Amino acid sequence: MSQQTPVAEDPGQGTVPPAPRRDPRLLSVITGPSGWWSAIKRNLRSGELGAAPVVIGLILIAIVFQSLNDRFLSPQNLSNLTVQIAAIGLMTTGVIMVLLLGEIDLSIGSVAGLSAGILGVTVMRHGFPEWAGILTALGVGLLVGLVHGVIFARIGVPAFVVTLAGLLGWQGLHLFLMAPDGTINTRSDGLIAALTQTYFVAWIGWAIVALTLLLYAGTVLTAERRRRSAGLPYKPLSEVLLRAGLLALALVVGVWILNQHKGVSLAFLIFVGAVVVLDLVLRKTRYGRMVYAVGGNAEAARRAGINVVLIRISVFGIASTLAAMGGIMLVSRNIAASTTTGGGSELMMAIAAAVIGGTSLFGGRGNAYSALLGGLVLGAITSGLLLLPNVDTSVRFMITAAVLLVAVILDAVSRRGRKTHARGGA
Amino acid sequence: MSTPVLELSGISKTFGAVRALDEVDFHVDEGEVVALLGDNGAGKSTLVKVIAGAHTADVGGGIAWDGDDVTIATPADAQRLGIATIYQDLALCDNLDIVGNLFLGSERLHFPGTLDEVEMERRSWELLDSLSVSIPDLRVPVASLSGGQRQIIAIARSLLGRPRVVMLDEPTAALGVAQTAQVLDLIERLRDQGLGVVLISHNMADVRAVADRASVLRLGRNAGDFSVADTSYEEIVAAITGASDNPVSRRSTRAGQEPLATEDQR
Repeated sequence: MSQQTPVAEDPGQGTVPPAPRRDPRLLSVITGPSGWWSAIKRNLRSGELGAAPVVIGLILIAIVFQSLNDRFLSPQNLSNLTVQIAAIGLMTTGVIMVLLLGEIDLSIGSVAGLSAGILGVTVMRHGFPEWAGILTALGVGLLVGLVHGVIFARIGVPAFVVTLAGLLGWQGLHLFLMAPDGTINTRSDGLIAALTQTYFVAWIGWAIVALTLLLYAGTVLTAERRRRSAGLPYKPLSEVLLRAGLLALALVVGVWILNQHKGVSLAFLIFVGAVVVLDLVLRKTRYGRMVYAVGGNAEAARRAGINVVLIRISVFGIASTLAAMGGIMLVSRNIAASTTTGGGSELMMAIAAAVIGGTSLFGGRGNAYSALLGGLVLGAITSGLLLLPNVDTSVRFMITAAVLLVAVILDAVSRRGRKTHARGGA
Repeated sequence: MSTPVLELSGISKTFGAVRALDEVDFHVDEGEVVALLGDNGAGKSTLVKVIAGAHTADVGGGIAWDGDDVTIATPADAQRLGIATIYQDLALCDNLDIVGNLFLGSERLHFPGTLDEVEMERRSWELLDSLSVSIPDLRVPVASLSGGQRQIIAIARSLLGRPRVVMLDEPTAALGVAQTAQVLDLIERLRDQGLGVVLISHNMADVRAVADRASVLRLGRNAGDFSVADTSYEEIVAAITGASDNPVSRRSTRAGQEPLATEDQR
């Protein structure tokens, strides 16, 4: 193997001579497009797959379903897809937080159902204004998560068991609340319905693209300038522009397609917004660093003075709040809360989406964008199968299972690659 | 004589039916290297953990910092006082990069509360350069480093908090000859900067090379406090094993026919 990752010399032996800032042993000195190409090749070979498998998977899915039914890539279908994935996507975002800790939350489906039930009961039976019902549902979600977190982190019951109890218990409470009706229809013209029925006119979509690109370019360029003036290795301007260009391409194409139909949907914007906010929190704040640290090595985190218990409780709180948001989206799409809301395949789909998106089940590795990528993959499969005649849920489950297995196998193989290439195996 | 930076008196620690520490006294002065010695199970690790805040001592003992009574209930308390601890298992987060590990728990922030990665990376380079450590890329996960590099990262991390007392648990146990020498140099540099260094080691050569004083524990009790320069190797070993007649001194005097006297000391 001629190209190795930047591993230092023989472990533990020999003195390390003083060296210049740009270490000669470091191969990943990126100079121009050929440098990027070799860096990409080296990363792939050493198991740093990044988003590549998911993106390739999405392209394959698009090709297959488009050839089976040419309505798959139509703006209308893609626009519907963005609304369909929002609810489970929000739940996935919460699951990712918990997976980063190296734990699991089995209760998110039930919590979504409970929040849907509370929304229906408070608004339609007790006459709460819709915004108050939404806040109540979110508040209950947060409370449920904090209860899980306290029982797990303070008392020390394994998260698997706590949330398994939650899976049963909150579904029971949900059924109890909905008891006489079974289904509570909500108004089709209020705030709740607007969550998934609002589409923005074209110029707002473009404004969002422009704003995003401006913020992205601004922060990246400022950061690279600071790195440069601090004498640190920095990305050359050409690379920054290439990345910004790729982002711009994705955003422009996406918004252009959505504008062909009704425009960017509020539901999708809420989902993507949650993903972006979570990503920034995880990568840029002290809180996010603590979450990764606890997921990587809880004992080390504790010794570094991190309040591990508080971090764990807060993560479970956030996860359940996001699950409650997912439940509200489900109500909004069905314009009804029913006893079956959140009790179906939502939990499995949310966990599968997180894993397909590239978040490790073993903690400490993964990012918020897994929710978007994994959600798109599963949403695309669901949507594509719905367009085919004579295909029902059974096929969808089997195909989803196959995709999940492929994702996990890819993860296992790439983990082996990372071990042999000393990138950290966890 | 000046007040010690850190002084423990009458510290006990019980785990269930086991008394790991029994009325132990211990102190560290500024600018001295104290070797904390003892056989396996003597209570060294427990004492270190009490000082570091990982264990709380039983009621009754006292901890003084610059002569003032303090309580150390959590690792954060110890850090705030200026006590840094490097455990044998190094306590690094394998999934975080070097900069992330160096600043874990004491991240630098800048305007709206975000991590100041540039400042942290710059200071990481400065710090590692000042320790003459060369690592090609500070943005690789710590999992990819060698054992020696991981030890150095762990020691370097403790220095970022500008501690006044640094405790090293078996810092050279896993290192090769040259890197051991580097770590010993580093310990001397810390002493010259006026830090108090607590060195836990089984390696008597290391202890004799850098320690000014040796504090010996045996079965959870104080078993002597020696100036390393004025004490012979055999005297220290005798304190560790609890008898002047021990396998080590027997070997050196070639007397070894008598029965072991170390077994009945409980």
